[in-house]
Amino acid sequence: MAALAGLAEALRAAIGPERVLTDRLQCKTYECDGLSHYKATPAVVVLAETAEHVRVAVRLCFERGVPFVARGSGTGLSGGALPVVDGVLIVMTRMRSIRDVDIPNQRAVVEPGVINLWLTREAAPQGYYYAPDPSSQQVCSIGGNLAENSGGAHCLKYGFTANHVTGAEVVLPDGSQVTLGGKAIEHPGYDLLGVVVGSEGTLGIATSITVRLLRKPEAVETLLAGFSSVADAGATVSEIIAAGVLPAAIEMMDALAIEAAEAAVHCGYPVGAEAVLIVELDGPAAEVRAQFDEVGRIARDHGAFEVRVAADAEERALMWKGRKSAFAAVGRISPNYIVQDGVIPRTALPEALAGIGQLGVERGIRVANVFHAGDGNLHPLVLFDDAAPGEEARAHEVAGGILDICMGLGGSITGEHGVGIDKAQYLGRQFTAEDLDTMQLVRCAFDPTGISNPGKLFPTPRLCGERPGPHQGVHPLQEKGLAEVF
Amino acid sequence: MVIPTAVDAGELLRKACDDVREATAEDAVDGVVPRYVVAPASAAETQEVLRATAGVRIVPRGAGSKLGWGAPPEAVDVLLDTRRLNRITEYNPGDLVVSAEAGVTLGTVQDAVAGHNQVLGLDPPEEGATLGGVVAANASGPRRLRYGSARDLLIGVTVVLADGTLAQAGGKVVKNVAGYDLMKLYCGSLGTLGVLVSTTWRLHPRPPERRVVTARSFTGDTVQALLHSPLTPTAVEVSGEELVVLFESIGPSVSAQAEVAAKLISGEVVEELPPGFGQRPWSGPAFPSDGIGVTISSELSALPQVLVAVRRLPEGCGPPTIRGRAACGVLEVAVPTLPPSGLAELRRAVAPYDGSVIVRSAPPERKAELDVWGPVGNALPLMRQVKERFDPDRRLAPGRYIGGI
Repeated sequence: MAALAGLAEALRAAIGPERVLTDRLQCKTYECDGLSHYKATPAVVVLAETAEHVRVAVRLCFERGVPFVARGSGTGLSGGALPVVDGVLIVMTRMRSIRDVDIPNQRAVVEPGVINLWLTREAAPQGYYYAPDPSSQQVCSIGGNLAENSGGAHCLKYGFTANHVTGAEVVLPDGSQVTLGGKAIEHPGYDLLGVVVGSEGTLGIATSITVRLLRKPEAVETLLAGFSSVADAGATVSEIIAAGVLPAAIEMMDALAIEAAEAAVHCGYPVGAEAVLIVELDGPAAEVRAQFDEVGRIARDHGAFEVRVAADAEERALMWKGRKSAFAAVGRISPNYIVQDGVIPRTALPEALAGIGQLGVERGIRVANVFHAGDGNLHPLVLFDDAAPGEEARAHEVAGGILDICMGLGGSITGEHGVGIDKAQYLGRQFTAEDLDTMQLVRCAFDPTGISNPGKLFPTPRLCGERPGPHQGVHPLQEKGLAEVF
Repeated sequence: MVIPTAVDAGELLRKACDDVREATAEDAVDGVVPRYVVAPASAAETQEVLRATAGVRIVPRGAGSKLGWGAPPEAVDVLLDTRRLNRITEYNPGDLVVSAEAGVTLGTVQDAVAGHNQVLGLDPPEEGATLGGVVAANASGPRRLRYGSARDLLIGVTVVLADGTLAQAGGKVVKNVAGYDLMKLYCGSLGTLGVLVSTTWRLHPRPPERRVVTARSFTGDTVQALLHSPLTPTAVEVSGEELVVLFESIGPSVSAQAEVAAKLISGEVVEELPPGFGQRPWSGPAFPSDGIGVTISSELSALPQVLVAVRRLPEGCGPPTIRGRAACGVLEVAVPTLPPSGLAELRRAVAPYDGSVIVRSAPPERKAELDVWGPVGNALPLMRQVKERFDPDRRLAPGRYIGGI
């Protein structure tokens, strides 16, 4: 690839040879993100340290028509940071400074490589925290969170990354830079920032991000309740919502997920439980106290055989440990797994779980269920053994079938992990061609040549010059950028 | 592109929709009178109208309560009235989600969900405002502090684009990252990107109790003290010299919080919200019809600087009326008059604090000399690109938006 060879040289000259990797082995380090069965080794890796490095790298890509992909910590679960084989991977993890913790304005300004939890640690001495808390918050970057509009257990009450980002400096796919939003909550003009958040790297690369910091709540209470059926746990969730309580988080795990968590982290969940609920309330002390009593009563009324209340932060951490380690924990009970991220209207929970259970039985595949019960975001873990002939294919059928169930119930294929490369094929089932074409209008305004993270999110993106009409097969850039799928 | 003459537009409209009438002076959009008013009763009919009238310039309108926001349109051939899109299409209280067509009024939705002790967390004061209008204007009120604005609550949207395409984004689940979040793009776009036909919203439990704390005077420090306390007010409103703090939750919570707040801000707990709470300072019979209303947005801590800048307006402007969301950094100010130099001075004064000043209410004839939107920054070319992709013929609300979009 002459264009690529010339590009690498130009990059070295512009930003320094030590920040440009082309050695195949070195580049292979970045061949996948958190969804490791998709692999693609990029031709060039850029280790950006400044916004200027990003602008230069993107500009050089733009001039040569070479696709690029931005990557944060690489913890994403939809293959959103999967490199393009004949493209450039721009790694943001060296941009790790927290530039400004501005308590009077309740904002922080961070570089995109800053780890989510670092910001909370930085703000904690002043009584503040950063609310979005994906389970990977100890390692995931805020730039990645912005790209994916990351959620977390506490987004039930506090919202998603999109509700917490108020500004960003964004390098557009032609290498120019724009300022979107800022520390104020209102700015004249289209809310382009709102569209960039969650656009999975297809509209540009954020080099500076302004986020809200929230005052730590006065009180936090957490309980864990064991149920002898998933239905009872589900009814408890419904009753809590009907009672007008908005918990900070309501999480549910089924027996198989509990078994895995127990094997991995010995979290000591109630023995024999078919389902556990973790309910956390936070806010003013008087409010939390009254509502927490009510939640405990509702759980017992709906058949909870054990209700534990965390006495202190340590006990709270232990309750959460089982939940937050659930994905990794299934490794203890299955050699391989696929995690899904479908969403259903919360009241359809019993129907969805029955459907998923039946699907697993039909295909001979076990499914462990972990979910954000408060907002209907399911994380079914589809277990398989890739050494067993045919099992992986059946597992993928089950995973796809689960998304069909979610869509059939009026839900979504992804609540927080993103579409990426993994679910792009399903997006056309959730949206019509016209819906997707309309989203493409935005893409074309930002990235008319389609070089920013091509092949992700959209199933069959059109060239930007094309007029709407029947779809015309695979976009050439997508074809070029498509990864090897193992 | 062949642009049909206005007479043709009338015939074309009648083929697409049975509710077409000639416009009167009362249908004027910021002083610009359209030729026709069309009121489609469904998304399909709305598509028909847009398809049948290619090139005809259309301004969508709900109740018209914020039709004066933005710049006057360059021209309007047809006013598209959305009020026949008036059905609540889905409401499942257990999911805390409601879907309703764009012409349904916010009040109608609030009434429908109140029976299940729920609330749509939007409280812009305009009487009779439709959901579509609230979205298009991104209008909000005092409770923005608690619930955010339309951008934070709108989880799904259906829009008819300039070429008649029906396009949906989001869905009817609260948590959803599939596809671009176009809801945010449409919020505040003032009808320049498409005609909103349907919306889906996240609801919240309706708080059963309320306490109000008022302080006769306040400073920037008063508001900072509230912000950095563990209190969770639903609203912190400036009302002239006064500060009004609203708590809404269960009884034990609001009484405990109100007591703490009263000490913190040297205020008193009162029974009722003060009259005019949450109203725009430029609304009401006392406000002169040729007065000027602006929204000033800034960093939270710049409240004192913003207030100083407002109070330093030239004497000829008359006494300012100040209201707004002190804990959100959004104030609304009305003055009997405002020369362009006064507006420019205000913008200069708030600029260091990420501040902006948007003219909300002004006589149409004054808008030509007043820069309604003010400086936009370096993203304006990108905004133009977005408009160009969505509406290449500039047929939707041309000239109403920023930079002449």
